[in-house]
Amino acid sequence: MKATVLVTLKDGVLDPQGKAVQQALSALGFTGVDGVRQGKYIEIDLAEADPVKARHDLDAMCRRLLANTVIEDYEIDIAEG
Amino acid sequence: MKAAVIVFPGSNCDRDVKVALQQSSGSPPVMVWHGGTDLPAVDLIVLPGGFSYGDYLRSGAMAAHSPVMAEIVARARQGVAVLGICNGFQILTEAGLLPGVLMPNAGLKFVCKDVSLRVESALSPFTTGYRRGQVIRIPIAHHDGNYFADEDSLKRLEDAGRIAFRYCDEEGEATDAANPNGSRNNIAGIFNESRTVLGMMPHPERLADPLLGGSDGRPMFDGLIGALS
Repeated sequence: MKATVLVTLKDGVLDPQGKAVQQALSALGFTGVDGVRQGKYIEIDLAEADPVKARHDLDAMCRRLLANTVIEDYEIDIAEG
Repeated sequence: MKAAVIVFPGSNCDRDVKVALQQSSGSPPVMVWHGGTDLPAVDLIVLPGGFSYGDYLRSGAMAAHSPVMAEIVARARQGVAVLGICNGFQILTEAGLLPGVLMPNAGLKFVCKDVSLRVESALSPFTTGYRRGQVIRIPIAHHDGNYFADEDSLKRLEDAGRIAFRYCDEEGEATDAANPNGSRNNIAGIFNESRTVLGMMPHPERLADPLLGGSDGRPMFDGLIGALS
């Protein structure tokens, strides 16, 4: 089973990298970029076949390692089939 | 006083800390590889600076789950003194021994320079060699030193006097201009509740000998020897 985890900065947490990317886009002439937030995309191959158990495991992985919940939110997506 | 310095893959200040501790105590600390769980009985555990695991995922995130860390967390909870410098501070937050997180510097650049720090409390085994309000010069060298904690956590730290050091100007004022990395409240170092764990981004071990251009870091190591012997 394949899963993806998206880790993003929480609202209200400053994202200096996103800000720098936004400025660089403006410098390249892309007008109208009102904001950029940068995050992480993680692909995980799981042996688990039960999506409920997989989601439970992935949630623990996110809380314990993949995301720092002081500053980050995470979203888990499991590819069916 | 017996001390252990933990060595992670990518630590690069472990030997500097060893020299500083040896200079103050007269005997060398035990160097402990992170991969074991066998930690000798010691009075002080130091997590040194560096780039453990190449800062993969987040600074300190991988090292916080190294085999030796479970024992370090247990010892810290028993009251054994733990000092985390730079990457060591990042590891302590990731391991849950200190609140908050060290984010990328607000200026997005690696900053390597001497800074002025104001000692906020002399009431800990780490800071007995200083007096409250004293301004000391200590180097920083980091990319991810921007201390962040939510408002409630910050208030708890401030109210309990758990800020150890703040970035300041030469007169001791904690101004925005003197803040090298965007840290909330100019925080450079914090204690745990019992003040037996200290995490700090600046490197006292790098200015602990006049031959290196200064010795404002030395009172920390002298003080630790005095407090823990």
